[in-house]
Amino acid sequence: MSGGHGHALYRPGDSAVHRLPAHVKVLALLAFALVVVATPRERFLAFGAYAVLLGVVAAIAHVPARVIVRRMVVELPFVAFALLLPVVSQGPRVDVLGLSLSEHGLLTGWNILAKGTLGVVASILLAATTDVRSLLAGLRRLKVPDRLVEIASFMIRYADVVTGDMRRMRIARESRGFEARHLGHARVVAQGAGALFVRSYERGERVHLAMLSRGYAGSMPLTTSAASRADWLRGAALPLAAAVVLTAVML
Amino acid sequence: MHVPDGFLNAPTSVATGAVAAAGVAVALRKAHDELDERTAPLAGLTAAFVFAVQMLNFPVGVGTSGHLMGGALAAVLVGPWTAVLCLSVVLLVQGLLFADGGLTALGTNISLIGITTVVVGWVVTRAVLAVLPKRPASVVPASTVGALVSVPVAALVFVLLFAAGGEASLSFGTLTASMLGWHTLIGIGEAVITGLTVSAVVAVRPDLVYAARGTRAPLQLKRPDGTLMPAPASPEPEPAAARASVRPLLIGGGLVALALAGIVSFFASANPDGLEYVAEDNGFLETARDHAFGDFALADYGEVGGIPVGLAGVLGVAVVLAIGAVMFWLVRSRSAAQAELEDVVR
Amino acid sequence: MSGDASLEVSGLAFAYADGHQALFGVDLTIGRGERVALLGPNGAGKTTLVLHLNGILSGGIGTVRVGGMEVRPGDRETLREIRRRVGIVFQDPDDQLFMPTVRDDVAFGPANLGLRGPELDQRVAEALAAVGMTEVADRPPHHLSFGQRRRVAVATVLAMRPEILVLDEPTSNLDPASRRELYEVLDALDVTQLVVTHDLPFALQLCPRSIVLSGGAVVADGATGDVLADEALLAAHRLELPYGFDPRSVAPR
Repeated sequence: MSGGHGHALYRPGDSAVHRLPAHVKVLALLAFALVVVATPRERFLAFGAYAVLLGVVAAIAHVPARVIVRRMVVELPFVAFALLLPVVSQGPRVDVLGLSLSEHGLLTGWNILAKGTLGVVASILLAATTDVRSLLAGLRRLKVPDRLVEIASFMIRYADVVTGDMRRMRIARESRGFEARHLGHARVVAQGAGALFVRSYERGERVHLAMLSRGYAGSMPLTTSAASRADWLRGAALPLAAAVVLTAVML
Repeated sequence: MHVPDGFLNAPTSVATGAVAAAGVAVALRKAHDELDERTAPLAGLTAAFVFAVQMLNFPVGVGTSGHLMGGALAAVLVGPWTAVLCLSVVLLVQGLLFADGGLTALGTNISLIGITTVVVGWVVTRAVLAVLPKRPASVVPASTVGALVSVPVAALVFVLLFAAGGEASLSFGTLTASMLGWHTLIGIGEAVITGLTVSAVVAVRPDLVYAARGTRAPLQLKRPDGTLMPAPASPEPEPAAARASVRPLLIGGGLVALALAGIVSFFASANPDGLEYVAEDNGFLETARDHAFGDFALADYGEVGGIPVGLAGVLGVAVVLAIGAVMFWLVRSRSAAQAELEDVVR
Repeated sequence: MSGDASLEVSGLAFAYADGHQALFGVDLTIGRGERVALLGPNGAGKTTLVLHLNGILSGGIGTVRVGGMEVRPGDRETLREIRRRVGIVFQDPDDQLFMPTVRDDVAFGPANLGLRGPELDQRVAEALAAVGMTEVADRPPHHLSFGQRRRVAVATVLAMRPEILVLDEPTSNLDPASRRELYEVLDALDVTQLVVTHDLPFALQLCPRSIVLSGGAVVADGATGDVLADEALLAAHRLELPYGFDPRSVAPR
């Protein structure tokens, strides 16, 4: 556990993107996603342009393509869905390599793939350049209710506790010759999950008590500074560029 | 089931966004009754658990996978309102830090995975509790049934949303049958995990299970001289839902259970591999628990049907690119017919 | 009761939600500046008592006062002040240290009290100097040795300038050198201390007075040397001196 400020997708760095305050980045991501979603699906060029924009951001942030590409697996279920659409959709059909595909299904599938992929890549860029602590601080600056931010910070802290305990319990189990092989064993593992819940709860409870004992009242002391005008301008660059692209293709 | 950006059209996204915002706002107000300073970490832990539980992916048919939701589990452990908050937080963090679920689709995801599963899971759990003996152990079967029902209902809501804003002309009979079928299987997995987790917690710390409140004998305090006196009323309000009439819920729940039983047996026989998958995904729990938080990116969807992480990643990306290119090409070659096509659709 | 007591506990009884009763009417008073050891076997209710001192556990009967202020769990404002006044150092420093660096961790408490800027830095520097940990300020806590982590945990609490410092098993898992260093740190502090321990020689070394808690009630209260010399008392409450250790051979403090 690294103090809870690292996470899987985060790539420490000191690029212009890394330095932007988290709440600016979140708003920029949201604005960009809105522009992408608002783009009519048949304006193919626009989607290419959006991809180029994201490529530029990735280059500035020094996020290698490999990292982005690896994380794109989250899209897989919907890719399969998009793949099926041309086959199972109704309406006028077009023959491709002997397959009868629905035109509407093709368009819809393309729509899902293009917009979904751009959204995923943009989110990956946010995640890769923002550590957990600044994200939580950013959420508070965005006026996300304290209660939600509190649950989020506990969740992130507990995730470390839970996985640490998981590892210790698995080692204890395997040291005594247990191996999960079939469904019957799922019972052992799932009961372990319950015990794990209690264990990590009790550990987390102690952490929480220690925090309360030092005057914690629901929110971490906010020590990050507010965003400057320059930060906002830099953050607005991506969604603004996307909006320009959208305007251009619509004219 | 995390919906990505652009999957549903704007009106549907806005509508589900409004539902989610209203739901979270109400939950924030109501959760005050459930959350004291000791349950705040419990809510965080529950969120972390739901996070972990959602990494357990079930391969469901054609290369796609569904995952556990955790809504019923959260509702039973921390109460329905706090559970809505937990699930919303999980979805928010997944969207922001793990690129799972689009940011513009956050409202949809909260409505679907956050609110629907929690509400259904909780209502069914309370309904079952009402007919069981009033003791903590009753929470286990009740939450099992609640979890079982919550997943297919969420799948159904997904189908309805897609019907409303999916912009595709699908045969909804087929979509409904396949979504419902697979998610009933996932519901069984969800039921098993929920039941076992709740039973383990109830056995050791019944005070941590919200749904078990009001099922314990009152505390007695012993004075130094050995005389007994009742402890001052503990700050544990009876869950509000318990006071509501349960008869309609019971009848409705019974019908849902019957329908489910039919569907489950149908799919179980038609697809004997369904359950095998669950077990076989090599102690699916093992897979999930091997990954520290730092490896979540890989753990999530990392091992779909036994395909190792790297390969899955490469395949996934190759497939995305290939399909995208093919569709792009196909559609572009037909762009002349665009206007005509739009006429047909609209 | 006198107004200058740091801590007054009277008639405290408490049962956990699972029905297990841990305290059966505890009475004790600790004067300002006193150093008291709270002795007792495992399961005596020591930790339960400690968690009542700053209102984390409540719902039983009896009262707790800190510096004259009553702990009322429902009252958030009072509770905040109580938690500033009662500095608890928990048994496992890993539960206590959760920020990315030692400096952040020590600053956590005073920042919650509203301190910022140079005033905050001053508090942090002061607290770290008091435990001799100034040079590790910028390191992550989990990179320190166990003994160092325990001292940093003490600093996190000192930074809040507490009325009373409560240490739960401060010597557990410490090697002899770390134990001696911790003693030197605690001995140099000018603050009321309640040391919960079953390390009897440490109690004798640090605290002139001892209270024995057993079965959820106070069974002895007196000079540490006398308590430890009472073999019948120790035997009745599962307290044992280390092999070869004779409390009468040590000059009383």
